[in-house]
Amino acid sequence: MSEQINTNTYKANLEIFSETLQRLASGDRNIIAVTSDSRGSGKLVPFGKKFPEQMVEVGIAEQNLVGVAAGLASCGKKVYAVSPACFLTARALEQIKNDVAYSDNPVKVVGISAGVSYGPLGSTHHSLHDYAALRAINNIIIVAPADNFETEQAIELASATNQPIYLRFGKKPMPPLKEVNEDVFTFGKGRIITDGNDVAIIAAGETVYPALQAAKRLKEKNIAATVVSMHTIKPLDTGLLKTVAGKCKAIVTVEEHSVYGGLGEACASFLLQNGMGKPFKIIGIPDEYTVTGSQQDIFNHYGISEKGIADVVLSLLNN
Amino acid sequence: MTTRDLKIKSINYRKKILKYIRGANAGHTGGSLSSTDILNVLYNHVLNVSPANFSSPDRDRYIQSKGHCVEALFVVLADQGFFPEEDLNTLCKYKSHYIGHPTRKVKGIEQNTGALGHGLPISTGIALAAKMDKKDFRVFTLLGDGEIPEGSNWEAALSAAHYKLDNLCAIIDKNNLQITASTATVMNTDPLDKKFESFGWAVKEVNGNDVDALKTIFDNLPFEKGKPSLVIAHTIKGKGVSYMENELKWHHGVPDKEQYDLAIQELDSALTEL
Repeated sequence: MSEQINTNTYKANLEIFSETLQRLASGDRNIIAVTSDSRGSGKLVPFGKKFPEQMVEVGIAEQNLVGVAAGLASCGKKVYAVSPACFLTARALEQIKNDVAYSDNPVKVVGISAGVSYGPLGSTHHSLHDYAALRAINNIIIVAPADNFETEQAIELASATNQPIYLRFGKKPMPPLKEVNEDVFTFGKGRIITDGNDVAIIAAGETVYPALQAAKRLKEKNIAATVVSMHTIKPLDTGLLKTVAGKCKAIVTVEEHSVYGGLGEACASFLLQNGMGKPFKIIGIPDEYTVTGSQQDIFNHYGISEKGIADVVLSLLNN
Repeated sequence: MTTRDLKIKSINYRKKILKYIRGANAGHTGGSLSSTDILNVLYNHVLNVSPANFSSPDRDRYIQSKGHCVEALFVVLADQGFFPEEDLNTLCKYKSHYIGHPTRKVKGIEQNTGALGHGLPISTGIALAAKMDKKDFRVFTLLGDGEIPEGSNWEAALSAAHYKLDNLCAIIDKNNLQITASTATVMNTDPLDKKFESFGWAVKEVNGNDVDALKTIFDNLPFEKGKPSLVIAHTIKGKGVSYMENELKWHHGVPDKEQYDLAIQELDSALTEL
């Protein structure tokens, strides 16, 4: 079983998003949050109270949310368009494509409660398509920060980035991946969390933590794993991929997304087309409407867990 | 600009629209001709926008939601000096920036449009930004009557009224035809005035092919303080070329040589009558 996370100790990335945005907004009146009745789920109630002039509510209307955000951004506003990832990247996909990416309006499209964060609310509320849909759209950076450090860095960096960005995170309290974060966070550069030469486990978002737990379990069996937080799905850090493919015997990817069109297929495509094929496995949600249960239940069911990931690694290495 | 000068411009714009559509062997002829007078009055009488101030944050904004009628917009922008008119000889040609819908690669274009139902939400965001920054510029967006059923229009209509965006003016080019049939047949949207009024807009109707009437309407913006304004512009699809007027096939029909010559002859004759 995966380690039970103590909710009193750690914060959800969503909370860090809210805190960071408030900090940024206090020094910059051009920081704007646009919500679709989503300020509660986005932990943005305090933001709205402190900066009422910097918050735009559009009601439950995601297409308008993104269109309005694009218009604001075209006038120099640093706009965070915040809505549950499931609605934002499906209902408003055409607005993300045309009004944000194609028109090059640097909106920060923020998909909250992403993946299967809404667990038992069911597939209407799951976003398991967003990497795939957005990867096929030109001119939008796709980022899924893993822990509080990455989230804070990503939100800050996004405010200074004059390009469309999709930021995606969940609402579960997340422990830090590292005790000390000395590395520089940059979009498009994955972070090596642990280093080893037997297997590379490349994960994104809230699946990096179970990947790290799996690496610890594997270490007990004398298997040394490199764990990468590939927080930027696009542009993919192909340099880092080359490095880990060059030294590891097998590669496993992990994502809170369909196994189709996401991080795993992005990595596989690059490696195969560059003659760097390795024993390879994508761990994610298979092509089905998920089993019911909490996010953790769903993770465990599909092997997005310490044991599930470790078992896949052992199987790949034994074959 | 005098009314006569505007009328001359409208006829010349129509001639050029036909010329470049014929050159490209593609284009949305009927809707470009129905919206010509609206664009003429906007760019020559209303909008504070020019090649010189196009990068100024204080310029007025024009967003063409009915992006498919880009030929009318291109001809007017060329006349305003945004780019040399001869560029339009490349319309819809390989590697040209002058494609069948507005793109920001062409100077004078504010937003990439073409998918319908996008202009009003973007314009609402721009008008909000102006209010936030206490700027005086205004935002105009032109919609086709065929795109009104897009739900995003109604989402934006709600929010523009909610935020009291009286710096926003939407214009509906109501030519009553769309690609399949009459708009009333495909999806009846009437009465547009009552619908928008009930959403909190101030609405006026105008003959959208009468430059004088359009001048008067736009001179009276905002129609009501604290409300977004809607102009329902009653137009004729294919306006100015009698055999194209109100004929569905000219939605995106391209005239052959004989038809083109006939159209130019009619427009030239209208010029001499002014």
